[in-house]
Amino acid sequence: MPAPVYLDHNATTPLDPRVAEAMKPWLGGLHGNPSSVHSFGRTARAAVEEAREQVAELVGGISPEIVFTASGTEANNAVLLSAFAGKGGGHLVISELEHPSIQAAADRLEGLGVEVTRLCPGVDGVVSVDSLVAALRPDTRLVCLMLANNELGTVQPVAEAAAACRARGVPLLCDAVQAAGKLAIDAGALGVDYLVVAAHKFNGPVGAAALRIREGAGFEPLILGGGQERRRRAGTENVAALVGFGACAALASQELDERIERLGDLRDGLEAGLSGLPDARLHCASSPRLPHVTHVAFPGLIGEELVVRLDLAGFAVSTGAACASGVVEPSRALLAMGVPAAEALASIRVSLGTTNDEAEIARFLPVLAAEVEALRSLSAEPAARAVAG
Amino acid sequence: MTAEVQTAVPAGESAVPAPLTAVAMSGGLDSSVAALLLERRGTPVVGLSMLLWDRSQQVRHGRCCGSLDLGDARRVAEQLGLPHYTLRMDGEFRRHVVDPFVDGYVGGRTPSPCISCNTEIKFEAFWERARRLGAGRIATGHYARIRRGTGGLYELHRAVDESKDQSYFLFELNQEQLERALFPLGELTKTEVRELAREAGLAVAEKGESMEICFVDRGVREFIESERPDLPRRPAQVSASDGEELGAGAPYYRYTVGQRRGLGVAAGRRLYVLDVQPEDNRIVVGGRDELLAPGLIGRGLHWIAGAAADRAVEVDVRIRSRHPGVRATVESLPAADGAGACEVRFSEPQAGVAPGQAAVFYRGSQVLGGCWIERAL
Repeated sequence: MPAPVYLDHNATTPLDPRVAEAMKPWLGGLHGNPSSVHSFGRTARAAVEEAREQVAELVGGISPEIVFTASGTEANNAVLLSAFAGKGGGHLVISELEHPSIQAAADRLEGLGVEVTRLCPGVDGVVSVDSLVAALRPDTRLVCLMLANNELGTVQPVAEAAAACRARGVPLLCDAVQAAGKLAIDAGALGVDYLVVAAHKFNGPVGAAALRIREGAGFEPLILGGGQERRRRAGTENVAALVGFGACAALASQELDERIERLGDLRDGLEAGLSGLPDARLHCASSPRLPHVTHVAFPGLIGEELVVRLDLAGFAVSTGAACASGVVEPSRALLAMGVPAAEALASIRVSLGTTNDEAEIARFLPVLAAEVEALRSLSAEPAARAVAG
Repeated sequence: MTAEVQTAVPAGESAVPAPLTAVAMSGGLDSSVAALLLERRGTPVVGLSMLLWDRSQQVRHGRCCGSLDLGDARRVAEQLGLPHYTLRMDGEFRRHVVDPFVDGYVGGRTPSPCISCNTEIKFEAFWERARRLGAGRIATGHYARIRRGTGGLYELHRAVDESKDQSYFLFELNQEQLERALFPLGELTKTEVRELAREAGLAVAEKGESMEICFVDRGVREFIESERPDLPRRPAQVSASDGEELGAGAPYYRYTVGQRRGLGVAAGRRLYVLDVQPEDNRIVVGGRDELLAPGLIGRGLHWIAGAAADRAVEVDVRIRSRHPGVRATVESLPAADGAGACEVRFSEPQAGVAPGQAAVFYRGSQVLGGCWIERAL
């Protein structure tokens, strides 16, 4: 069987060989703790600070605003817990599209007495600014609105939301983890107070993420210890991963337009092929969305089963958030959009990457059609039996 | 021996391209070696694990249900280079196995949950799921053999390793289920299985046995009480078969017919539980001779490869999994409810005919069928 085709880039992405090359000296040869006074420390410090510049440029910030963390999850958790640290009560607004690292932190805060408003997106997979403004209260301490959704790829009206929040003095956290490398990000223009990106979603290494905190925005560190990251995130810096993060950020900054065009063309080809399949239902295809994500339902089927069959046939796709797999429950985001549970369960997500090509899409489409057909014929049987019996 | 095993082709397999075989991988030694043997045959194999019982307090090493074992299944699949997936089947497991098990004890019976787990879960619900993933056959680590008889019907036989034989727990399988099932361990002894695992360097090669009921982590009584918190926990009245009251024991659902130890009452002689009477919260005890019964009334009579319905059939019957077996005749009874009622008469009286257990019929190594014990005659 030929090598399997990877079509699940929203879960994670392959490391760009140029990024690997940049990291190499730090995986053998160079070493040093950036906090050390000596030459080894200074070399490491310089590497980390260069990465910080590169990441700052990618997100439209300045390097002192960038706090490196080990994951997007950590960064999101840190902002939510910081906003409600040491104070009782208060109000939090999140959207139902948010990543589990925000949903679960919100659940925790709710258990501690914070009131949480969860905004449902429309059927287009986009949260309306009006509904967000309507949810704001005098005691609202934080609003969370992601830049682009991990399952559907829909882009959220973050700039308008942030403007409305700013006018009321409410800080906004924007989880831009899925958008980075696939959408231009300008934290300053977006007007958000907190913004999160992670390297492994755009051909960088796992274990490196960044929280951009607007100058002047409050922040209570989640992880305490040494004075790293200007006392906002303790722990010795993961120099190799951060160097890789800087490298993939620099590449993404340079190649963004080209990547968007290429991914968009691939995706359009995929969706043109999908539209020829009987009963394939594309979700949010006419919404503003990332160029590389296709979310499609095959009503009557179980998405998890289709994912396994495609895997056995050599194609890696998913049903949505990787963290939720293993448990067949309909996607929270889709349910919130008003998609019926059966249709939500019948969905798969195809997320393309820079290493995919037309030939892979051309191989994928007939296999997908065959697996859908096979599952449909199996699904028809028990129903027929039930009617007969 | 090993070489012979690797080339062995089970009955019914032909030269047509082998269908995808789904191995039910629990993470234990047996199902891991089953996967190993199939993989060596060169047939396409996928490893599937069932998440049957998802209660964090139940997650403990060495049991088939815990998620740690599923981690072992994943590790073995990785070692063998097999694709591996976990199927969440706790809903089906509760419905078909756990709830009937609890109902059984609450109803004063001695349930045998592994049989329903085979009939309803491993060879039905699991098959249904495996089939939807593209499998044409399923394999398990059971010690039993499937053969194709002269008439083309599939037969179930005892394993070569008598001490590990699990055919008793498979008596309810039907022709369709046997046709699609593979038991790669049926011709092997446990020692050989462990040796194969060691040779292959499987991570589970030194793993112990899981003999207990996999979802019961402490005692049966504690389990019943945690499942049915509203069940009255009054001590049962223990009385001798002659009417003598012996005092109060534990709640009735803690007793099973044939039980000798831990009756909770003192008497000058060895006593056995003869009957559990939930409606009166009473346990009747007596001497071993009183435990003897000439036969039993069964329900759910099942013949694996068919049987003449109108006359008595001569069999060897086993009335519990570790019973050595006794000659008997089985006769189908006309039953208004169509529940497959039957009467089994032993050639000599047997002790410990426990309602809720299965009576499984053998002829030589072959499992002819069986029934569920309704009551002793």
